[in-house]
Amino acid sequence: MNSAKVWLAEREAEKWVLYLGFLAIFAFFALTLHDDGFLSRRNLVNIVLQTAPATIMAVGLVFVLSAGEIDLSFGSIVAVSALLAAVVMREAPAVYGIAAGIGTGVAIGAINGAFVAYLRLPSFLVTLATMGLFAGIARSLTDLQSVPVLNGFFTGFFGSGSLAGIPSLILWTIVAVLVGHVILKETRFGAHVLATGDNAQAAAVAGIRVARLRLSVLAISGGCAGLAGLLYAGRLQAAKYTLGESDLMTVIAAVIVGGTALAGGRGSIIGACAGSLLMGMLNNGLILMGLSVSEQMIVRGLIILAAVAVSMREISR
Amino acid sequence: MIMNTDPGSSAVLSLRNIHKRFGGVVAIRDFSMDLGAGEIVALVGDNGAGKSTLVKVISGVFPPSSGSMAMDGNAVSFANSSAARRRGIEVVYQDLALANQQPVYMNLYLGRELRNPRTGLLDRRRMITESEQLVRDLDVNLPNVRARIRDMSGGQRQGVAIARATHFARKLILLDEPTAALGVAETAKVESIIDSLRARGLSILMISHSLDQVFRLADRITVLRRGQQVATRDANGTDKNEIVSMITGLH
Ligand SMILES: Nc1ncnc2c1ncn2[C@@H]1O[C@H](COP(=O)(O)OP(=O)(O)OP(=O)(O)O)[C@@H](O)[C@H]1O
Ligand SMILES: [Mg+2]
Repeated sequence: MNSAKVWLAEREAEKWVLYLGFLAIFAFFALTLHDDGFLSRRNLVNIVLQTAPATIMAVGLVFVLSAGEIDLSFGSIVAVSALLAAVVMREAPAVYGIAAGIGTGVAIGAINGAFVAYLRLPSFLVTLATMGLFAGIARSLTDLQSVPVLNGFFTGFFGSGSLAGIPSLILWTIVAVLVGHVILKETRFGAHVLATGDNAQAAAVAGIRVARLRLSVLAISGGCAGLAGLLYAGRLQAAKYTLGESDLMTVIAAVIVGGTALAGGRGSIIGACAGSLLMGMLNNGLILMGLSVSEQMIVRGLIILAAVAVSMREISR
Repeated sequence: MIMNTDPGSSAVLSLRNIHKRFGGVVAIRDFSMDLGAGEIVALVGDNGAGKSTLVKVISGVFPPSSGSMAMDGNAVSFANSSAARRRGIEVVYQDLALANQQPVYMNLYLGRELRNPRTGLLDRRRMITESEQLVRDLDVNLPNVRARIRDMSGGQRQGVAIARATHFARKLILLDEPTAALGVAETAKVESIIDSLRARGLSILMISHSLDQVFRLADRITVLRRGQQVATRDANGTDKNEIVSMITGLH
């Protein structure tokens, strides 16, 4: 065990693959799509804006995976939260809408968590079931109708607004990533999340309250999904049951590619953020290349498969 | 000083008629023992005799099915292992209970991580320097406390688990096969650590399959066979042959 190896491990050297892949794909699009405006400031900013909700979902998912659990339901939570927030804001000021959106996310996540923590059901099965359950609730909430969000403060705060020239969606992303990173890496709670995902029995005999922790990480994931729902509603100025529907694969891929272990014990918020940007860049580039939707799905699937294979190999070395 | 007619009242730990069942399996039936300050009791028995189960009952991992426990003459029952730890009980579990992907120093402080009082955030620097000190004091062969457990040898892992328990124990330390993965020199080192713990006045319950080791260290030896407590002997008043025949049940 030499110190160079420790130095690399502490800096999570396996993520270098991600950053290299990121640069390679960026360079590829920059060269091939030069004339299609890939490198334009507008397009690059757009990529970041579009990935904002997925990045925030990814922050929540890192906590869940690090703790050795999984959440498949966050996409459905996005829709329920956004719809409830939009319905509340028909009558009430934005604060109530925000509280409704985040509160719904946390509460639904905590329900997932209660099944996992106290009934000892596997999170895979619980959230597989609630993914469908919450999607059904989202559909029935407004009878498949989309709900416009006309509150100007809200759409500025979560969508079109900006502070010191930085768009609000980017600010929300930065805040979520920084707060998530500090909690995971610099607090006792974060250390306990990683220890529990690593060896739950060891964590339990060390006095860590494992059940409560499992509930917490799923509630965090729900809360992040709620916030992501608000960002969608703010940007699109409407909420619909389809929000978040197609984010499941992208977000899981972003988190895994970002160096978080599917089996728990290892997590990286910064890596997940980079992974999410990578996914966004991929989407954007494939569209600019003029691929049809079905071609995009195939290429994206293949690239994610390759990326996940490489990052898993690095991790389990 | 309060005098009490109960012989167990002066003991750091006393167990009375402990039973432990797992469904239909009786892992321990009717186990009693007193352990005084600065005393080492060895628990011996074949595989599956119930030794680890007894350790986990004492450390609050499993509640006993029946029976009672007292520390310093006061009845105790531990709802979980934190409760036992608060009473100064530390354990080296047979499976070591380490988080393999975390660094050594985080394992040493698992569940009681040091924080910076001003920010409330983890004080990694202090955990690292204190871990380095601890590793040096115990002469554990560990080049870097920032390395992850999974990159350690079996003996080094055992060293981490022992260092953790000895650092935090205040009253009682339970060692479940603490030298199982160790070489000759490391075993000698751990035995001298155990001796120094006794000198500090800690009570020690140790499990070992090495009878030589048991006779080197223990004041008393208690034998379990298929969950049954066969006998307890002073180490001076018995020999290996007698212990072996009690372990195997052959005379
Ligand atoms: N959690 C559990 N659930 C059910 N049965 C258990 C459990 N833990 C232990 N047992 C059973 O209790 C008995 C005693 O096991 P224990 O681990 O205490 O043995 P041991 O004396 O430590 O053996 P070894 O020397 O192999 O470590 C065994 O029959 C075992 O199968
Ligand atoms: Mg055992």
